[in-house]
Amino acid sequence: MTDLLALSLVEARDGLRAKQFSAVELTQAYLDAMARHRNWNAYITETPDKALAMAEAADVRLAAGNPGPMEGLPIGMKDLFCTEGVRTTAASHILEGFHPPYESTVSKRLWEAGAVCLGKTNLDEFAMGSSNITSYHGAVTNPWTKPGGNEKPLVPGGSSGGSAAAIAGRLCIAATGTDTGGSIRQPAAFSGICGIKPTYGRCSRFGIVAFASSLDQAGAMARKVGDCAVMLGAMAGFDPHDSTSADRPVPDFEAACQRSVKGLKIGIPKEYRLDGMNAAVEAAWQQGIAWLEAAGAEMVDVSLPHTRYALPTYYIIAPAEASSNLARYDGMRYGLRVPGKNLVETYERTRGQGFGAEVQRRILIGTYVLSAGYYDAYYLKAQKVRRLIADDFHQAFQKVDLILTPTAPSAAFREGEKMDDPVAMYLNDVFTVPSSLAGLPAMSVPTGLDRQGLPLGLQLIGRPWDEETVLAGSAALEKAAGFDVTPYGLEG
Amino acid sequence: MSLDEATVARIARLARIEVEADRLPGLARELSNILGWIEQLGEVDTDEVEPMRSVMPIPSRQRADRVTDGGRQEDVLSNAPAAEDGCYLVPKVVE
Repeated sequence: MTDLLALSLVEARDGLRAKQFSAVELTQAYLDAMARHRNWNAYITETPDKALAMAEAADVRLAAGNPGPMEGLPIGMKDLFCTEGVRTTAASHILEGFHPPYESTVSKRLWEAGAVCLGKTNLDEFAMGSSNITSYHGAVTNPWTKPGGNEKPLVPGGSSGGSAAAIAGRLCIAATGTDTGGSIRQPAAFSGICGIKPTYGRCSRFGIVAFASSLDQAGAMARKVGDCAVMLGAMAGFDPHDSTSADRPVPDFEAACQRSVKGLKIGIPKEYRLDGMNAAVEAAWQQGIAWLEAAGAEMVDVSLPHTRYALPTYYIIAPAEASSNLARYDGMRYGLRVPGKNLVETYERTRGQGFGAEVQRRILIGTYVLSAGYYDAYYLKAQKVRRLIADDFHQAFQKVDLILTPTAPSAAFREGEKMDDPVAMYLNDVFTVPSSLAGLPAMSVPTGLDRQGLPLGLQLIGRPWDEETVLAGSAALEKAAGFDVTPYGLEG
Repeated sequence: MSLDEATVARIARLARIEVEADRLPGLARELSNILGWIEQLGEVDTDEVEPMRSVMPIPSRQRADRVTDGGRQEDVLSNAPAAEDGCYLVPKVVE
């Protein structure tokens, strides 16, 4: 019998359609794996009964010969997507007991496409973090952690750390992520998997717990580029419930993975070459350049002069929007309520006890930069620099079709590292934040290991709405890299 | 920019987050660090730059002025920390 857990999403889809195994068998294999690896804490909520019921329904549709594009494929849903009747936490204490009475558009589309829900994956609280350490439901262990060592576990990255760990550890075939400043791409790189953040507006934000509304975007994470393409196709598309969702056709993303990169111009931005850059990351980048050249693409030096201002810009805009979005958690209508002597004290206690340290820090920064007398100096200034950053990309894309960069400045670090200084943690997103500020599609692909044997990822950034070229380039990198190392936590 | 403890307490009040007094010095230090780092944006000349409020030029849509949702009292109240007779129960607002 085939090892069902070894199959990619595309292979499993084809196997289901060829009746080599059933959706129930595939789902049960994943449910068993989830039970074996609860120590990774990749899921906040497991939904085995729902999964089996959905798999049975998928088998009926498969037997009838009318499967959806994701029919019978068991996935993890980041616990930032509202799922009707299934506890949704955003990894925060303040949403204690919250069971949404409605379904997010992206998850609804995936279920309608036939996907099977294995459960809700762990994340940084309200998606604020780069390590999954800020989750109220506990940190996630990266399956690349070697078993039996005395060292602290490796983090899976964040904020979509539970999704990344679940995919790397074969606890789901694919998972949703959301990306505000790198929350799909950085954990994908840390966990040796693929992840795509599409253009802002490609996927509906309806029913996704809001962090920073001008940046938040849903995307797909899986072990292969083609898997992400299939899943993104099922997630994307116009939704009247989200005024920022784009009314444009969804291309055939899977077909785009077959396109040649021959003749494509690929930009190498000199500003991404940092002083004291990690040698393995630099080497992986050079290797990626060589692979794409060998595949027939042409490398072009480009300049994105405002790159160094992207992180400080992001850390004004994202907290400002977060402080406004998170004002809704007042303990009155849903979630936690901690009673005080009066209404104001009830608000303050609820929010003081309901939000974790990093979320409080960001709300406080956001409140400060939006407060009277500081709005122009901080928020307005950041919105202006954001335009300069977006203009840099616009200029570069006059000359090139894609931009190639490392995804993260290092491989996965260990729990407890970078915890003393919030700014050191923020620097994890140095390569992913600029394209987020510009709303551009970008994908991380695993390309190799560093000297410690930990995975590294490369990022391809594309023009607005041109996920197809991003996928084509990513597929070329994937083919050249032939990355097929199994995480150490799965050995034995 | 360095934030003192009184300013942090004021921001926390504005944000309606209870912060115990013993956390104020640490928070003041962390927030000052973050703000100090953010201030490098002052180097960028933005005099002639229009602020970016929306990253993708997605036009606002109009729809017919019709009721498309509603009548979901039970759904709306299903997650309330306290509810009675079809209403949320909240602490006294007017003293």
